[in-house]
Formats: sequence, C-alpha cells, structure tokens
Amino acid sequence: MSTNNVETFYDDYVIRRFSVMAVVWGVVGMLLGVIVAAQLAFPELNLGLPWTSFGRLRPLHTNAVIFAFGGCALFATSYYVVQRTSQTKLAFPLLARYTFWGYQAVIIAAAISLPLGYTQGKEYAELEWPIDLLLLVVWVMYAIVFFGTIAQRKIKHIYVANWFYGAFIIVVAILHIVNSAAIPAEWMKSYSAYAGVQDAMVQWWYGHNAVGFFLTAGFLGMMYYFVPKQAERPIYSYRLSIVHFWGLIFTYMWAGSHHLHYTALPDWTQSVGMVLSLILLAPSWGGMINGMMTMSGAWHKLRDDPILRFLIVSLSFYGMSTFEGPMMAIKTVNALSHYTDWTVGHVHSGALGWVGFISMGSLYFLVPRLWGVKQMYSKKAIELHFWLATIGVVLYITAMWISGVTAGLMWRAMNDDGTLTYTFVESVKAMHPFYVIRMIGGLMYVSGMIIMLWNVIKTVQMGQATRARIPSTVVHA
Amino acid sequence: MSDFTSDFWPYFISAIVIGGIVFCMTVLFITSKSHDPAHTGESTGHVYDEDIVEMNNPMPRWWMWMFIITCVFGVIYLFLYPGLGTYAGKLGWTQVKQYEQEVKETNDRIAPIYAKFASMSGEEVAQDPKAMAIGERLFMNNCSQCHGSDAHGSRGFPNLTDNDWLYGGAHETIKETITNGRNGMMPPMAAAVGSPEDVKNVAHYVLSLSNSEHEASRAALGKEKFVACAACHGPDGKGNQAIGAPNLTDDIWLHGAGEAAIIHRINNGLNNKMPAQGSRLTPEQIHVLAAYVWLFSNAK
Repeated sequence: MSTNNVETFYDDYVIRRFSVMAVVWGVVGMLLGVIVAAQLAFPELNLGLPWTSFGRLRPLHTNAVIFAFGGCALFATSYYVVQRTSQTKLAFPLLARYTFWGYQAVIIAAAISLPLGYTQGKEYAELEWPIDLLLLVVWVMYAIVFFGTIAQRKIKHIYVANWFYGAFIIVVAILHIVNSAAIPAEWMKSYSAYAGVQDAMVQWWYGHNAVGFFLTAGFLGMMYYFVPKQAERPIYSYRLSIVHFWGLIFTYMWAGSHHLHYTALPDWTQSVGMVLSLILLAPSWGGMINGMMTMSGAWHKLRDDPILRFLIVSLSFYGMSTFEGPMMAIKTVNALSHYTDWTVGHVHSGALGWVGFISMGSLYFLVPRLWGVKQMYSKKAIELHFWLATIGVVLYITAMWISGVTAGLMWRAMNDDGTLTYTFVESVKAMHPFYVIRMIGGLMYVSGMIIMLWNVIKTVQMGQATRARIPSTVVHA
Repeated sequence: MSDFTSDFWPYFISAIVIGGIVFCMTVLFITSKSHDPAHTGESTGHVYDEDIVEMNNPMPRWWMWMFIITCVFGVIYLFLYPGLGTYAGKLGWTQVKQYEQEVKETNDRIAPIYAKFASMSGEEVAQDPKAMAIGERLFMNNCSQCHGSDAHGSRGFPNLTDNDWLYGGAHETIKETITNGRNGMMPPMAAAVGSPEDVKNVAHYVLSLSNSEHEASRAALGKEKFVACAACHGPDGKGNQAIGAPNLTDDIWLHGAGEAAIIHRINNGLNNKMPAQGSRLTPEQIHVLAAYVWLFSNAK
C-alpha cells in the first residue's frame, strides 16, 4: 500500500467548513428565535420598522435554524458518514466544495431578501424563485457527490445511515421542485403554480415532509452513525432498521393534510392524512428504539460523557414529539390544538430537543476529530451547554403546552346564551406570561449554543486540520 | 362537485392508501420471519468504519403490536369515514354535516333563553338587564373587532354611540343593518363637479356646512357646484339615510376631516362595507344585539 497516495485519505475539507458554519448559523438562527419570541411578548420590540417586524424576522428565524443550522449540520455529517461507512473518499471533491459555497450563498441571499420583504408567502419555502433555482443547483450537486460516493464504496452493504441520508436528499429535491413551482413575474416576485386549496395541500405536503425528510430522515442518518460510535456499542437491530425505514418513507409522504383539518380540503384527504399520521407512530419509534437499545450496555457512560447525553436526550425528545405528532393529527385533538401554541411547542420539542441535540452531540464528536485533537477544548463547557439547553427546552415546551391548551380551551368556552366566554384579546392576555417563559427558555438554549461556538473556536485554534487515513483492510460486510 | 377530475383518481387514491398499509404490514411480517426470533444477540456480520457492528435482534413485540394496531385502526377508520376516494364511509360523516349539526344543537339549546326577548319590543329589551348582559357579550364577540370594545369605532368604522346614523338608528333599522350588512358606495365625483379648482371650492362649501375651518369666498363659489353632490347628500347636505349618504353638516367625519380628506373623497369616491351577520347569528340574537346597540344612543 502506498502511503503518500492521495486516494488513501478521506476528503474532509468541506466537512470542516460546514461544521463551523453549522455552529455559527445555529447561534444566528436561535438568536433570531429569541428576538421574535421577545417580540411576541413585547410587541414594541418590532421597533416600528418593516425590516425588523415579526412578520419578516420569523421566516428568517425558521430558515436560519432549519436550513442554515440544520442544513450545514446535515451536509457536514452526511459527507463524513458516507465516506467512513463506504470506506472511500468523497466522489467529485470539487463539486462538494461548490455545494459549500453555493449553500452559503443561498443562506446569505435568504438573510438579505427576507428582511427586505421578498417572499413567496409559503411557510418554510419563502425564498423567491432565483434563490430557489440556486438551491436546486446546489442540491443536484449534493446528490451527485453523495450518491457518487455510495457508488464507489468499498463495502458491500450500504449502511443504514446512508439510506436515511439518501432518502433525505432525494425527497427534499422532489419537495423543493414541486412546492416552489411558480410563474416568475419579475426578478423577486412570482406566483404559485397552484391555486386555492390545491396550493394549500401542496404547501403542507411540502411542509410536513420538510419535517419528515429534512428534520427527521436526515437526522436519523446522523443518529445511526454517531450513537453507535460514541456509545461504542453495536447497532441493535438491522431488521428493525429495514421495517422502520420503509414505514417512515411511505407514511410521511401522506401525512401533510393533517395540517388542514376542518378546512376547505375535502374530507377524504383529511382522513387519509390523519390515518397515515397515526400509522407513522410505530415507524418513528422504530428509530428511537434502535438508538436507545444501541445504548444498552453503555448506560454507565452517561455519567461522565456529556456528548452521549446530548445524543440520548435527543432520542428521548424524538420519541416524545413523534408520539405527540400522531396524537395531534387526530381530528378531535387537532380541533383543540390547531392554531394554538401547542403546535409551536410540538415543533420545538422536535426542533430544539431532537434536531438540535443530535446535531450538537454529533458536532462535538466531529470537531476534535476533524482538527486532530483528542477531545473538545473544554468538557466542562459541553456540560454547561447540555444543562442550559435541556432546561431551556423544557421551559420552552411546557410554556407552550400550557399556553396552547389554555388558549384552545378559552376559544371554545361558551356561555349558556351561545356567546363565547372569552374575547380573543383575553386569550392573548392569558398567553402573555408563557410567552415570557418561552423567551427565557429560548435565551438559555441560545446561550448554550454561544458557549458551543466558543468551545469550537478554541478547539480549532488548539488543533490543526488533519487528514484522516482510509483504513486499508476492508472489513467484510 | 366532485373532488376528482376523472374516475381514475378515486381508485388510484384507494389503491395507494390500502396498498401502502398492506406494504407496511408485509415488510413487518417478512422481516420478522426472516430470522428465528430466538437468536437474540445475533450479528448480521456487517461492520462499518472499523467498529460499527450491526446486530440483528428481533423487533420488540410490543412495538410490532403497536404498528399492527395502528394499521388495523386505520383500515377500520377508512371503512367508517370518507377517505378512499369517492367512498363516503359507512357513517356518512362529513365535516359540513358535523358543523351544521353542532350549530343546530347550540341554537336549539339557546333558543329558550332568547324566546322571552323575541316577543318584546327593542325598547323593552334595552331595559332588561339580563338581555343587555347578553347583548354586551354578543357585541364583544362579534362587533368589537371593528367598532371597538367601547363602540366608539375608528376611521372607516362608525362610532355607534354618537346618535349619528348613516342608515338610521331605529331598532328595526339596526337589525336590518346587522342581518344583511351594508354596502356604502360613493362614486368618484371629480368629473361631475368640474375642474380641480371647482373640486376645491366644493370641498370648502362642504366644510362650511358644519362650520369647519374654510375660506368663505371658495365656499360661495363651491355652492353652485354642490348640485352634483345634492342628488345623494341632499340640497342642504343633511344626507339621506335611505341610501346611507352621510350628513355633511354635523362635523362627524368617518373617513377623515379637513380639506385634503374631502378633496380626496370627491376625486376618488369610496366603498365601505359592513359585513352581513345573518348567517352567523340567529334572528333572536340579532334582536337583542340591536337593542344593545340602540341603547348606546338612547340611554336615559
């Protein structure tokens, strides 16, 4: 074996960049979250300016945390995992570098255009058509790199993490193309290709699958690599992986219409969405079980391994929010929860608890290895981050549960004479204290993220970019 | 109207939904059978990245049952409720029927409370403290969003307490307004009035009617051009409640006071709308609500 052959090293150049940017965008996106949370509690903080108003900053927050933070974490880990589990270097390394710069360009374009008020008006798909096209190009390059790497793998089987990453890449492409289809009117203005309730259905087919494939399938890919690695335990069950993967892929596709219960959407579409959302419970929990059971035999490590704690807590939140989701998809429950903060709480138990924690755990694993040091600069800081984030999430979601259920019950309370017991503004008043608690929870969560950024910078300064050798012995698989 | 553009789609939907559930169950059964479940701790022999070993433990029983039960529930639900294309479901449930039934049940339940007031005149209802408590709740639920919690309105939304009525303030008229709504329409009048100078003069004449600040010379010139306005607002400018033309002599300006606002109004006209509430409230509720609104201007 020749040792100076470039083929013998993994290509981690772009992974280092994506990892750092994931942390940077995490801080930015979560900070924006705290700002909009504060605006809900104290509307004066809109500052009376269009650029800083809730309506413009809120989509900036969601885009920043989902696509900038989450997206960079997915790019970094998928490029890392696909190389390691295929025992080969990235295919098309130049294309991989373009995906980094292209993706950052999309994020910057979003950060400029959203506060200026350019939007397609579709939740989580606000970006106007020229930015959409750029994203599409980046995504196709991403798919070529990822599947190209799979194609030249040195291992017979494709590892389960790559099934999930692969599904995430393919489905997000489909979702993006279909939902963003629009007729451009001018440079930053377009009209949706669909009208009325069809437009709403396409939007929520997209919206829920953004949750299902971007925020779930992609991060399950992360889970399937970093949990067994950090716990140093074997994956619990291959066949459970098969069943829950296919169950998840099929059922998520149909769940979107539960966002449109009791609307102009036809009854049959609502029912199908509700039924398949309920069936989604087991496939979702399959992933949680596989992760949790992989931990069995390593529970003692939780005592002094904060990274493992991030990973296990993320699985707990994943299990919790994927139980809550199917319940909320049931029509009678939805009649109470819809349009309330309960939905916001549910999303954040998934976003902060599951997506946030699994990404943080994975990045804490990744960063020291990418810069050739044994561990992160400060383990104490990871501990502190863990507790800030955990308490922050708990404050956030309990506040939103109480606020949401309170508002839902107030809205439906009726007097004997057929009038509503409470006016709308009374429900807003009742929600106010919980908005403040939510803001504090968010503040704690972003504080943890800022500590992480400091820790990552220190670690990077301490180490230096190190090339990792591809193991020469191909283990049979 | 059918939700489907052809007979093909209902079958397509049904086949995919049922086929998908069958697919999930098939994958579950085949995979659970493919190895002897007794072999707990058995490895697949797959090893990734040097040390990730993949076991092939049996799937937890309780989890498999959970999967099966949700699928069985799904099939039963789709048998009972609409879901499979054009199949209406055994129960014949629709959300429209559910809504209509809930509205009917509520209306039936509240009817006795309102029955007592329905036979009373508006003035009598207004003297009944219980009716006025209900009226206040109806107002807060349905009217305060535009007219304000104190009923003082705001620009474009009439003040209901000043005894100045566009369409009339009798109890019966207020009921009519609430039930069917109102569409106020003033056409752009610049062409009928004349030159921009004429428009300005008419504006000053209008201002003079309520003794607002104006230039007397312009008002004098504007008076003859006011003929164009008199068709609706009357020769004396006191308005016409039959068509909702506002009284211009009372210094109440729903859409803004002063020269500029009036010139804008003459040049551009205006459409204003009070939405009909007849389908949201019962006639008996409107009877009480109208008395509550009437009382604003008629309290002793």
